Amino acid sequence: MTTTPVFIDKLKAFFIEIGDMSYFSGRYLREVFTPPFEFKELLRQCYNMGNRSLLLVGVTGFILGLVFTLQSRPTLMEFGAESWMPSMVSISIVREIGPVITALICAGRIGSGIGAELGSMRVTEQIDAMEVSGTNPFKYLVVTRITAATLMLPLLVIFGDAIAMVGSALVENLKGGVSFQLYFNKVFDALAFSDVIPATVKSFFFGYAIGLVGCYKGYHCKKGTVGVGEASNSAVVFTSMLLFVIDFIAVFVSDIFFEI
Amino acid sequence: MNTSVDIKTVLELKDLKKSFGDNHVLKGFNLKLYEGENLVVMGKSGSGKSVMIKCLVGLMQADGGSIQIKDQNIVEIGQKELDLLRTEIGFLFQGSALYDSMTVRENLEFPLRRHKEKLNMQESTEELVIEALENVGLVDAIDLMPAELSGGMKRRVALARALILKPKIILYDEPTTGLDPITAKEIIQLMRSIQKKYGTSSLIITHDVDCARVISNRIILLIDGINYAEGTYAELVANEDPKVKAFFKQ
Repeated sequence: MTTTPVFIDKLKAFFIEIGDMSYFSGRYLREVFTPPFEFKELLRQCYNMGNRSLLLVGVTGFILGLVFTLQSRPTLMEFGAESWMPSMVSISIVREIGPVITALICAGRIGSGIGAELGSMRVTEQIDAMEVSGTNPFKYLVVTRITAATLMLPLLVIFGDAIAMVGSALVENLKGGVSFQLYFNKVFDALAFSDVIPATVKSFFFGYAIGLVGCYKGYHCKKGTVGVGEASNSAVVFTSMLLFVIDFIAVFVSDIFFEI
Repeated sequence: MNTSVDIKTVLELKDLKKSFGDNHVLKGFNLKLYEGENLVVMGKSGSGKSVMIKCLVGLMQADGGSIQIKDQNIVEIGQKELDLLRTEIGFLFQGSALYDSMTVRENLEFPLRRHKEKLNMQESTEELVIEALENVGLVDAIDLMPAELSGGMKRRVALARALILKPKIILYDEPTTGLDPITAKEIIQLMRSIQKKYGTSSLIITHDVDCARVISNRIILLIDGINYAEGTYAELVANEDPKVKAFFKQ
């Protein structure tokens, strides 16, 4: 047997999955605006995804700012450009590194969590039980989770960026004797709306992708505990790839509108 | 059970067909459930019992045939009508299917959220939850999480949840599977007492012969995707057909 048919089968399966996911996404967009609305569950999911990710995003952001500044310092010093440090760090973090790293962390924490939770609900017939009780499980489980992820990710990105800046300022303060006030004055001088707005807008899309893929994988989980593991794992892998694709598109589009 | 014309049919399956690829699970299955009746559908594992019951509540799409519940063909009605019709059907899942992220109280409150007003229930949510838990003798477990309950307790809570909207029809999918004989007997007694108290019609899917013997008014044997044999427990035990005989020998 040649390897071509296997490759074609896999490619076919991939495109079928993309098609299914697009349909799933379309269903979300239809149902998110139609009553009844599950506000209580939405708030619970926002709390689970937002509040419970703060520590992880905060620690990662702090270390990111710290390491980024430590690593860049010697190179900038070589050119006598240490004073550019706040601008360089803030623009890199706000435009690109902050949103991407936060989204990748959330893909691991939130995406896999959604995949595993919905997957286990599927295999233990809890989703069927919901449907039989006359509740729309898609609206209760999927719409709330995707909406919560879409709303919470930009907030987590802003929080992560802010903490990363604190980490960077700390290094500058300890190594270069730059005061916090001076550091943040330079940061705000360097940042423009054209840095913040595209980054925030793409964070909404990152959040949407994390929620969508996690829910899709969990909701269509195959039978058994192996299926739950696979749903959780593939949610992270697929989301991570999707995040880079979205990032590429976002940077491309931003370039058209804001001339980066 | 007297099945003459004066007894109302609450549920009817006609020529139900369902296949998975080349595997033809149901090849024209027929069933009538009468008001107040306990009808047991028996068959070996993999014979299509659970598929049949899932088609019945719209969890699976049948390939052919009609499903009439209270004079409505569920294949033809819209989602809203189906949701409303589902409030008249209680469903006890094989693995209980309690929502693990919710307490027993929240599990029971869940079906009430959307349908309490629609069904014009006068009692408060709290009263309805307590009443349902009293029926299964588990009022003390009201604030426990499903993970803190034993298998038998989970099944009883699931039964309470199935009863909370006071349905006219209850579907039991393997109600005694995975339980020890004593707990299984308790569940069967509970099913009988609920049927007596609320006058519900029950469709019970099982391969447990003891369960069928105790609870059934009528039994249908689902073999090879069709109703292979039908009758009371005594009639089927006396049946000389080798497939029927083999079944009751177990």
